[in-house]
Amino acid sequence: MEFEPVIGLEIHAQLLTDTKIFCGCSAKFGAAPNTHTCPVCLGMPGVLPVLNRKVVEFMIKMALATNCAVNRECNFARKNYFYPDLPKGYQISQYALPPAEHGWVDVEFDGRQKRIGITRIHMEEDAGKLMHDEHNPASYVDLNRTGVPLIEIVSEPDIRSAEEAAAYLRRLHEILVYLEICDGNMEEGSFRCDANISLRPRGTEPFGTRAELKNMNSFRNVQRALEYEIKRQQYVLEGGGQVVQETRLWDDTAGVTHSMRGKEEAHDYRYFPDPDLVPIVIDDAWIEEVRKAQPELPLEKRERFMRAYQIPAYDAGVLTTSRALADYYEEVVRLCGEPKIAANWVMGDILRFLNEEKRDIRECPIAPASLAGMIRLIQEGTINGKMAKEVSEAMYKSGKTPQAIIEEKGLVQITDEGALSETIAEIIGKNPAQVEQYRGGKDKVFGFFVGQAMKATQGKANPQMINDLLKKMLAG
Amino acid sequence: MELYELTIHELQDKLRTGETSSAEITASVFGRIDAVEKDVHAYITLMRETALAEATRADEAIRKGEIGALTGIPIALKDICCTKGVRTTCGSRILHNFIPPYDATVVEKLRAAGAVLTGKTNMDEFAMGSSTESSFFGATRNPWDLTRIPGGSSGGSSAALAAGECIASLGSDTGGSIRQPAALCGVVGLKPTYGRVSRFGLIAFASSLDQIGPFTKDVEDCAILMNVIAGYDPRESTSVPEEVPDYRQFLGRGIEGWTVGIPKEYFIDGIDPEVEAAVRETIKVVEKAGAKCIEVSLPHTEYCLAVYYIVAPAEACSNLARYDGVKYGFRSEEGRDLMEMYKKSRASGFGAEVKRRIMIGTYALSSGYYDAYYKKASQVRALIKRDFDEAFAKCDVILTPTTPTPAFRIGEKTGDPMQMYLSDIFTISTNLAGIPGISVPCGFTAAGLPIGVQFLAGHFQEGRLIQFASAYEKEAHLEKRRPRCHGI
Ligand SMILES: [Zn+2]
Repeated sequence: MEFEPVIGLEIHAQLLTDTKIFCGCSAKFGAAPNTHTCPVCLGMPGVLPVLNRKVVEFMIKMALATNCAVNRECNFARKNYFYPDLPKGYQISQYALPPAEHGWVDVEFDGRQKRIGITRIHMEEDAGKLMHDEHNPASYVDLNRTGVPLIEIVSEPDIRSAEEAAAYLRRLHEILVYLEICDGNMEEGSFRCDANISLRPRGTEPFGTRAELKNMNSFRNVQRALEYEIKRQQYVLEGGGQVVQETRLWDDTAGVTHSMRGKEEAHDYRYFPDPDLVPIVIDDAWIEEVRKAQPELPLEKRERFMRAYQIPAYDAGVLTTSRALADYYEEVVRLCGEPKIAANWVMGDILRFLNEEKRDIRECPIAPASLAGMIRLIQEGTINGKMAKEVSEAMYKSGKTPQAIIEEKGLVQITDEGALSETIAEIIGKNPAQVEQYRGGKDKVFGFFVGQAMKATQGKANPQMINDLLKKMLAG
Repeated sequence: MELYELTIHELQDKLRTGETSSAEITASVFGRIDAVEKDVHAYITLMRETALAEATRADEAIRKGEIGALTGIPIALKDICCTKGVRTTCGSRILHNFIPPYDATVVEKLRAAGAVLTGKTNMDEFAMGSSTESSFFGATRNPWDLTRIPGGSSGGSSAALAAGECIASLGSDTGGSIRQPAALCGVVGLKPTYGRVSRFGLIAFASSLDQIGPFTKDVEDCAILMNVIAGYDPRESTSVPEEVPDYRQFLGRGIEGWTVGIPKEYFIDGIDPEVEAAVRETIKVVEKAGAKCIEVSLPHTEYCLAVYYIVAPAEACSNLARYDGVKYGFRSEEGRDLMEMYKKSRASGFGAEVKRRIMIGTYALSSGYYDAYYKKASQVRALIKRDFDEAFAKCDVILTPTTPTPAFRIGEKTGDPMQMYLSDIFTISTNLAGIPGISVPCGFTAAGLPIGVQFLAGHFQEGRLIQFASAYEKEAHLEKRRPRCHGI
C-alpha cells in the first residue's frame, strides 16, 4: 500500500522586544544566569503580570504577513504544569480565543507552488532553562528566558512531504526575519519547530495516528527527522502494527527519533482564562497602524525586483533572501543604473567573498557606492572585466574606493586605437603560420590572437577594441 | 481612656495639638500587645523595632508640620500583604520563611502616608477559611470571648483591632474574609470594589475575587484608610483607572430619601434569631434616618456558594502551583527525585483545607469536567452579577446580615467543612459580583457577642456605602463596649 504523510508544524518564535512579555526585564539573550529577572518573572508570591503591548504589535505584524484574520478580542489562559523551569507552575499562553487565525502562506518547492494553511497564531511566555551538573547530582535553573515573549504559529495539516515542510519552515523564517520581529536563530532556540506527523493510505481522507516530533534545531534536522519518521511509521504500518500517539525526540547524532514515553506524556494542562489579565482588545485603528508600518515582504519584493529591474526569478530570489541584501542591491542599482550587471556582481563576487568568511551583507567592506562606482568604470571603459575582478577583490580586502585601487595598481584600460593597432600589427608579423590558418578558415585561431594581444598589454587592453581591430587587420 | 482605645481621627486630633506623640501611641499599642497577645494570638510576626523607629520619624515629621494622611498611626497588616524584608507567611508552613524583596502596593501607600506598621496578623492558611483556625501558626481567639473564633480568614486583623493591639488594620476579602471577621469582632470592615485597591503584593488566593480592605473602629476611620489605599495601580492589569473621591466628604451627609433594598433571599431558615432581630432593628434605624426600605430579589443567591466553591478553588489550585519547593519557602529534604520533592514539599507544606481546595479546583478544571464545572460556574456568576445590577436599579444600597450566626466556638466547625463554608453565605455574592460591601456593628447577643450588618452598593460606590454606614452609625447610638480579652 502506498502511504501519504500528513504533516503540521508548530513554530515558536522568540520576539525581539526589548523587554519581557509581562515585566520590565530585558529580553536579551546571553546574560549571566538569573540576571535578567525580577519578582514578576520569578513567580514570587503576590506579583502580577502586565502585558507588553509591543508583543501584541509584533503578533499583528506576523498575522498580517501570513494573511491571518486578527480577532478583535482575545485573552490569555494559564497552561498548568509543574516543572522547575516554570516558576509560577503555569505558563501564560492563549487557548480558546487566539488573536489571529485562518491564514496561509505560499511556498515553492520542486518548481511548484503550494498554499499551506495557518490555523492560528498566539502569544505566550517562554520558560527558563535547566542546567544539570555533570559532576554533582544537582540541577540549576536559569530564569533569564522566563517571560521572554514567543509567538506560536500552528499550521494546518496541509504538508505532504519533508521537503514541503522544510520549504514552509524557510518561508516562515524568512517572513519573521524580514519583519524584524525574530532573529531566527535556530541553534540558540529563538526559532523552534515541532512537527505532528501521521501517515494515511494515499487517496483516503481520515488521518492516521500522529506522533509529535521535538528537538529539531535546524532546517536540515527538521527535514531529516520527518524523513526518518515517515519511514518508521510506514514500517510499523506495513508490518501490521499501529502508530502510537506520543512525543518523539529527534536524535541528531544517531539520525533517529526516540519515544519520550513516561511522565512527560498525557498532560492535562487545565487551561482556564488567566484572571490576572484583562481581555486584549485589538481595534481596527491598531491593525491599520501596524499595516502601514509593515515592510515589503520577500515575495512582494521578489516580484517587484523582476518587474522593475528586469532580472530573472532566480536572481530576484537570491537577492531578496534577506532585507539587508536586497537593500544593498537596490542601493547599488540606484547609484550605477545597471540592474543586471549589479545583480551579477552582488550574486557573484560579493556573496562569494562573504560566504567564504561566513559574514553577513551588513558586514560587507565594499560599500554599495564603491561597487556602483566600479560598475560605472567598467561601463565607461576605464577598466575591463578582468581588471574589475582584481579591483573587487582589493576593495573587499581594504575597503578602499575603486578609484584609489585603480590608481594604486595602475589599472587603466588601454583604449588608444593607434597604440593597440601597433601591438596587433606586431603580433600578426610574428605569427605568420597562425595568420595563414585563420585566413584558411580556421576561426578558432582568433582566440589565440586575442590572448596574445591581452598578454602584450598585460590585460589592460579594451577587449572590444582588440576584437574589432583584430578582425579588421587579420582580414588583411 | 488609653491611647490604644482611640480611633485614627481621635488620635490625629491629639497629634495635631501636640497632646500626644506617635511614640506614645505606639508604646501604648505595644503595651496592650504585651498584655493580651498571649491570649488573643492576633499576630504572626510583630514589627516592634521598626514600628518604634517609624514612630520617632513620624514625630519628627509632625514637628516639621509634615503630616500625612496616617502619620504616626499604628496599623497592622494581614500576613498576606508582602512586606519588604519582613517575613510574609500567608499563614502557611510553605511560606514560613519567605521574606519578600518588595512591598505590596498598599504597604507602599501606607508607608508613604506615614503609618507605623505594627506587624503581620494571623489568618487562615492562604485565606482559605472563616475562623483563622487553619493557620499554620495556631488559631486566633475572639477578644469578646476567648473560647470563640474571631472569624476569618482575616481573623488576626479583626481580633488585633478589637483587642486594641493596633489602631486600624488591613485584611483581604475573597468571599467575606473582611466583613465576616469584622462582624464577629464588632468592628467596621469594608471590601472595596474589585479593581479599586491594588492587588499587587497581595498573595493570591482567587485572583478574580481577592480584594484588600480596611478594618477600623468606626466609619470615619474607614474613610480615612480608604483615602490612602484606593487607586489605580499600573502594576495590576485588573486595576481600574477610576477616580478616587475624598471618602471623608461622604461622612455625616445623611440618607434622607434613600431607598434601601432588603433581599428576601437573605433572611433564611438557619439564621440565628438574635442576629436576625438585630438586623431587623437596623432597618428601623435607617428608616428613622429618612430612608425607605423595599424588598428586592437576588434570585440566583442559592447558587452563590456552589459557584464560589468552583471558581475560587480553580483559581487557587493554579495560584498555589508556584509553591513547589524549588525557589523559596518550605522544601522537604526527603524527596529523592524531582517528583518526590514536589509531592513531599507540598504534602507537608500545605494544611488540610488548602489541599482540599487544590483538589477541588484541579478537578473542576480537568479536561472533560471544565465545561460542567468551571465554565458553568462562570456563566452563573454572570447571572449573579446581573441580579445585583437589576436590584440596584431599584435601590441605592442593599442591607443584609453579615453572618448567619455570631462567633462560634473554636473547633466547633473544623470537622465539617460545609458548616464552615456556610458562615460566608451572605458575603460571597459580593465578591462574585465584584461590588463593594461593608460590615458595621449593629448590636450584641445576650451573651455579649458582636453582631454585624452588611450594606452593599454598586461598583465603585464606596462613597455611598460610607455615607450610608456613617448615617446608620450616627442614628443607631450603639452602646460603646470593650472586649475583655480574658475568660478562657
Ligand atoms: Zn522580570
